[in-house]
Amino acid sequence: MIRDDRPLPEPTAESQPYWEGLRAHRLVLQRCAACKTPRHYPRPMCAACFSLEDEWFEASGNGTVHSWTVSHHAFHRGFKTDTPYVLLTVDLADGVRMVAPLVELVDDDASRLSLGLPVVLEYDDVTDEITLPRFRIDG
Amino acid sequence: MMTDDGSGGMTSLQDAAAVTGIGETRYVRGTEKSALRLTLEASLAAIGDAGLTPRDIDGVIVYASGAVVAEDLLTNFGSEDFRFSATTPMGGASPVAALQCAAMAVATGVATHVLIPLGRDGHSGARISRRVGAMRQFRVVSEFEAPVGANAPAQYYAPMARRHMALYGTTSEQFAEVAVTMRRHAGLNDNALMREPMTVADHHASRMIADPFRLLDCCLESDGGAAVVVSGAERARDMPQPPIWLSGMGVGHPDSPSAITQRPDMTRLGLAKAAPRAFEMAGVTHDDIDVAEIYDCFTYTVVCQLEDLGFCPKGEGGAFVEDGRIGLGGALPTNTHGGLLSQAHVVGLNHIVELVRQLRGDCGTRQVDGADVGLVTGYGDLGDGSIAIMHR
Repeated sequence: MIRDDRPLPEPTAESQPYWEGLRAHRLVLQRCAACKTPRHYPRPMCAACFSLEDEWFEASGNGTVHSWTVSHHAFHRGFKTDTPYVLLTVDLADGVRMVAPLVELVDDDASRLSLGLPVVLEYDDVTDEITLPRFRIDG
Repeated sequence: MMTDDGSGGMTSLQDAAAVTGIGETRYVRGTEKSALRLTLEASLAAIGDAGLTPRDIDGVIVYASGAVVAEDLLTNFGSEDFRFSATTPMGGASPVAALQCAAMAVATGVATHVLIPLGRDGHSGARISRRVGAMRQFRVVSEFEAPVGANAPAQYYAPMARRHMALYGTTSEQFAEVAVTMRRHAGLNDNALMREPMTVADHHASRMIADPFRLLDCCLESDGGAAVVVSGAERARDMPQPPIWLSGMGVGHPDSPSAITQRPDMTRLGLAKAAPRAFEMAGVTHDDIDVAEIYDCFTYTVVCQLEDLGFCPKGEGGAFVEDGRIGLGGALPTNTHGGLLSQAHVVGLNHIVELVRQLRGDCGTRQVDGADVGLVTGYGDLGDGSIAIMHR
């Protein structure tokens, strides 16, 4: 199965809550425990106040398109059957960005894309252990 | 030696070091030579050009993301009096960043002659998505972005270009202008891989890779090597080649250096921070620049760097490259060797070699008339930037 060839994330102690959240179909993001600044991708220190204390919060997953690319060439064989596929960079309402594919590209979806287009997060269970994010256009 | 800039004990690197030797192998697509052998061939050429032997080299700066380590060179050179070793881990910005590092080493007397070599089997060896996955600086994107289908620089950088287009009206025609110009320059360089003339229509007909990047927006994967020697000012004056002075240098990381995705302004590169430092150190203005060698892993990268260098305001890079401005005979001849897009991909060390060659006046049919001052940039990893301004 082609899909099994795809690179899978290897959660670290830092990122475990994020991946566990996705697996439970919840978007769980990291923020500073001291100044509450959200951050992504997970890391030990708050760049705003240098606190090493963090906490996790449930985010909405709603967002708008910040940018995108349409991959016509697969640079990894696991994605060959998916081309062309859209990768969105999304401004989440929760204050950070996320990159994830647009769910099933149909015909002129790419031409519908524009900065600020509202999107909603969905969950793609790729293995028993790993769930990946993906977006669909809102409405 | 370093000069006092009058700021109370601070010293400037302006003209404290020079490039005294350059070398390149033939560039090919398909080789049985190892990266180390290609590195050694280019190194011998550069060292010979400087009138030195390998044992005169007492410092090296090797490419942090490459296959060759300093010990490989010292062992092959039989070095006995080696004094300085460093890496400048900024991906494609590394070789130009190494010029600043080498200048610091020779200006302080820590080393006498520093070699900056780079050989790679980018065509014949492991391809780009595998190389990137193995690099620690891509650890974050490997965990969060590779699994959703972003596996190579084209896919990491394309959203920067797409956003630039959406915000500023930059067009694929303008990207094509960059590709066509580099190809025209390559046609004047017998050590360039892609010399067949290219039109804007050819660019538009090339297959889409990662929208908005078509095949002809992307650099080559090639095999070969290039190297330069940097020496201190006093030695440089007595060496066989006319010294090409390193007058202003700088490096810069973009905000959010580990992930373009999270960058506050993804159209602003590390070069935007490095360039003002380099121009100030060199004491020159943009009007003084006669020739520019700008890291061109993608056409868009040239457009964006022209803005971050300050040749035009943010958002106007697309218009800047129109009307032949970056071609030979234009106001800012750029990548006169053909660049990574049409000459070869030696991580921009070929850009340094070309700038030195231009300032020596050795470029034959592609020589920029009256090239006294020029600049070379590097761009690497997830937006790192480097710049060196040189003069003859």
